[in-house]
Amino acid sequence: MSVAAAAFGVVYGLAARGAGFSLVDAMAMSLIVFAGASQFAAVGFVAQGMPWIAIVGFTFLLNARHVLYSAALAPWLQRKPRPERAAIAHVLTDESFALSLAHFGRIGRADVPGYWVAAAFIWLPWQAATVAGWLGGQLMPDPTALGLDVVFPAAMGALAVAVITGRRELAAAIGGAIVGVAAALLTSTSIGIIAGGLIGPAIGLAIPRRGSDATTPDDAPSLDGHDESIGVAP
Amino acid sequence: MNGDLVLLAILMGAVTYPSRAVPLLAPGIERLPPAVLAYLRLVGPAVLAALAAVNVLVIEGPGGRPQLHVGVETLAVLVAVAIVAWRRNLLLGVAIAVGLVVLARSTGIA
Repeated sequence: MSVAAAAFGVVYGLAARGAGFSLVDAMAMSLIVFAGASQFAAVGFVAQGMPWIAIVGFTFLLNARHVLYSAALAPWLQRKPRPERAAIAHVLTDESFALSLAHFGRIGRADVPGYWVAAAFIWLPWQAATVAGWLGGQLMPDPTALGLDVVFPAAMGALAVAVITGRRELAAAIGGAIVGVAAALLTSTSIGIIAGGLIGPAIGLAIPRRGSDATTPDDAPSLDGHDESIGVAP
Repeated sequence: MNGDLVLLAILMGAVTYPSRAVPLLAPGIERLPPAVLAYLRLVGPAVLAALAAVNVLVIEGPGGRPQLHVGVETLAVLVAVAIVAWRRNLLLGVAIAVGLVVLARSTGIA
């Protein structure tokens, strides 16, 4: 995922330069917004001369899915200091959420250092690649020619499997995927993802619980937070 | 444009950060009803599966309209999911998915 983040960061940097962004502008987006899809969209919108209010509004809609990530991680991190949670929130992305949730679930407790490792493996390549792309992105081959465009969906699908521990999670995942695609086809991809993330859990909850299912109201994660590195793969 | 868009970046950050932070910083999440906590535990699998499915199955068609697309990328993601379910190895699953796509594209299949 770091390689994919770097590859698309380079493309972002290159696209930003093509749209008239200075290096400071491109880096400000990567440092302050740190959300790839909305950054790419902003580059296109700025190039088209779209009003800022529309760009900001679209950014809000595109990034609203982070509410779901934050809400899902909140029970794990509730006893961490507020400033630490505030910092954690800034680097909360699709990838850091997916990696950390799978990791927390695997070890059965929150692991803040592990979260920071996951976030750093996305944040650092993205920032460095933004600079590299702005300075010399035209030298890089198309990421799709290297198959890097499939890294993100493959990793998200694989991490969904990693957090499935029972029938309810399975139903939530299948329901989320079906609802997400249907809603995306009817509206837009960002709304589809939010719809899948909101309705999928309701489908999961409709499945009767079995004794072996891990998702029970009283199996709340322990919150000790010892050091342990991210290790989705054994 | 030398730094002209920094303000835009700040505005975009200002509407993005609350989505990331408000649930994490909201007090009393541990006092939520058990049913709500059970719902939140299911958000992860649901949203990750939705991200994967939408990313690989929905493309931008003519006029910017979303359009269903089933291609070698779909097969690659399914293979990655199967490998992770079988071997619990994320890196292996993603590497084989990428290899499949590169092979299909280089041979003209996709």
